[in-house]
Amino acid sequence: MELLNALVVFANFVLIPATAYGAQLALGALGVTLIYGILRFSNFAHGDTMAFGTMVTVLGTWGLQNLGIGLGPLPTALLALPLGIAVTAALLLGTDRVVYRFYRKQRVKPVILVIVSMGVMFILNGLVRFIIGPDDQRFADGERFIITAREFKTMTGLDEGLAIRTTQGLTVVTAVIVVALLFWFLNRTRTGKSMRAFSDNEDLALLSGINPDRVVAITWIIVAALATIAGVLYGLDKSFKPFTYFQLLLPIFAAAIVGGLGSPLGAIAGGFVVAYSEVTITYAWKKVLGYTLPEGLEPGGLVQLLSTDYKFAVSFVILVIVLLFRPTGLFRGKSV
Amino acid sequence: MTGRDALLFLAVAALIAGTGVMQSWNSALFILNYGLISAIMALGVNMQWGYAGLFNVGVMGFTALGGLGAILVAMPPVREAWAAGGLGVLGGLAIGLGVIAGAIWLWRKLPRGRLRGLALVGWLIAGFFVYRAVFDPAVDAIESVNPAATGYLGGMGLPVLLGWPVGALLAAGAAWIIGKTALGLRSDYLAIATLGIAEITIAILKNEDWLSRGVKNVIGVPRPVPYEVDLQQNPDFIALADRMGMEVVTASTIAVKLAYAGLFAVVLVLLIWLTQAALNSPWGRMMRAIRDNEIAAEAMGKDVKARHLQVFILGSAICGLAGAMMVTYDSQLVPSAYQPLRFTFLIWVMVIVGGSGNNFGAVLGGFLIWFLWVQVEPAGTAFMTFVTSGMAEGSALKEHLMDSVAHMRLLTMGVVLLVVLRFFPRGLIPER
Repeated sequence: MELLNALVVFANFVLIPATAYGAQLALGALGVTLIYGILRFSNFAHGDTMAFGTMVTVLGTWGLQNLGIGLGPLPTALLALPLGIAVTAALLLGTDRVVYRFYRKQRVKPVILVIVSMGVMFILNGLVRFIIGPDDQRFADGERFIITAREFKTMTGLDEGLAIRTTQGLTVVTAVIVVALLFWFLNRTRTGKSMRAFSDNEDLALLSGINPDRVVAITWIIVAALATIAGVLYGLDKSFKPFTYFQLLLPIFAAAIVGGLGSPLGAIAGGFVVAYSEVTITYAWKKVLGYTLPEGLEPGGLVQLLSTDYKFAVSFVILVIVLLFRPTGLFRGKSV
Repeated sequence: MTGRDALLFLAVAALIAGTGVMQSWNSALFILNYGLISAIMALGVNMQWGYAGLFNVGVMGFTALGGLGAILVAMPPVREAWAAGGLGVLGGLAIGLGVIAGAIWLWRKLPRGRLRGLALVGWLIAGFFVYRAVFDPAVDAIESVNPAATGYLGGMGLPVLLGWPVGALLAAGAAWIIGKTALGLRSDYLAIATLGIAEITIAILKNEDWLSRGVKNVIGVPRPVPYEVDLQQNPDFIALADRMGMEVVTASTIAVKLAYAGLFAVVLVLLIWLTQAALNSPWGRMMRAIRDNEIAAEAMGKDVKARHLQVFILGSAICGLAGAMMVTYDSQLVPSAYQPLRFTFLIWVMVIVGGSGNNFGAVLGGFLIWFLWVQVEPAGTAFMTFVTSGMAEGSALKEHLMDSVAHMRLLTMGVVLLVVLRFFPRGLIPER
């Protein structure tokens, strides 16, 4: 019984939140890694792209809520998601046309593209704050819980409750569907294969008649979809604040690099590695240890390895360790 | 410097002077002083990026460390706190360092294999708990000493000007640690690593209350220049203000700002002289050779890694110096004020717009971009007032537009950066 209680506490405070967070990071990291693979630069504007897509979705959600349209137990934001993806895709294609294409034609060094993406980051950041303001916005509606702590307790008769929020369940289900679709697209379709060919060897791909403009455009559209979905899921799970999305840049990049930049599988693995370690290290283990350790050995303090404010430090330390011992990441990404 | 460059500098000077005439000399001097600090930060980033091509996006962290240096030197020590837990904190930190050094030693000495990994992990975990056991009670003891006013160890109570080199040294030390681990990495990885270090530095400043009071902020840092209140009571000063036909209160604030401007200008001129000398020396040529072709430079026998580390430390130290100057000017350290867009990416805009690789370009960019950063807001307000003048009073859209003016500056900076990159890819004053 004691052990079961410990397990429930662990699942409630570590396993489930970290899985949801990991799925969100993985989707974000997939976007970063795709841009790196196809366009060959680290996109600093990715966090703000996520914020932009989420903002459009939030606005759409409010509109739908005003009209009284909803999805019942599911958040209305899911209905507004296609709108968010479409507008973000249009924005990204627009920035590519106006900004990035010029430099791509000149074949500048990747680091110049990174600086250019810094400029885009400023603009998107300003744009999002301009339209929706810098404050917290909550836009989750529908049923809050799949199972509440009290229901779980009466169901199982345990002392500890296990709560699963709708947004957490939704995050994992959506992430699985999106990732499955993405891998099917990359591995099974002609366009997806041409994208992988372009990523592996640009010259050979061009030689075999692949249209680079089309590959780039499709990449931006997929990235828009991934960024918007990741942003909306994160916003539903926590809340939407432009600055938080900018700060997500670090764990997302850590995830992409840990997995190996350019490797989609690595991005997913990296997302979960970063999320699990962040939550595990910043969680106070007092309760779990109290249940598992024998009588008299219970810890006096919180047994929290690091305060939650240091969660950036965790993603960073993992990043450094992986880079020192396996410079191309866990899944052998590319290194331009 | 050519005639064209001089004209550009004159134009920026005219912009700042224009602020003085149109708005007030106080705001003009505010722009000038922060412009001087920004120019120094830009010089630091220019050393790393312009000389050596190192992509450092952790400027914010080095700036904050410099600020911490000023605090640690200038604030009066809190004797009670030292008595309560000073020894424990120092001991804890020493144990922490010892654990890390021991881990490195173990890694080098033990034979390869699974045993080495296990021993290392065991050593680190045991070390971590010993460290926390010594460190935590000492921190609690310090933070409970008069938490409303102090609750930290305080500084050394020395003149704040000494804090400037100390801030630079702190930043240099951090740069050494980062450089040792991350400089061998590719440019994008170095960028992410420095971004992470900057966030961690700010997290430390926000959370380690025993060090710098965390989010309770350190205020009232002693000044290197006289206080306005003292000037206003000084009969000589009152007489002087009278003779210049100024109000005493205004005259005193302007005099203080001018004194700061003088101090900062001395530092900036000194740094320009030093960086110019460095750039035109064999060392500077070697740096640029390494930047332009690492492999060729290595073939010529240049130690690329060591030179990168060197210039990374030097540039970071300059950023730290600027950070210490800023804390001195503000008379306070507010960790939550450190935002990457303002303290890292804005400095990058300055360097790119001014002209990377050219020290005068970086300085010009520092002044110009800082001027824009400050002035875009009033300009935006004026613009929005004009746009919304036809709208009904109290309409939601009008209120929203007026509220959003504050975010125009980010937008403007992005546009400026992209336009300069597109049409003047080498900046306003290109490298020669």
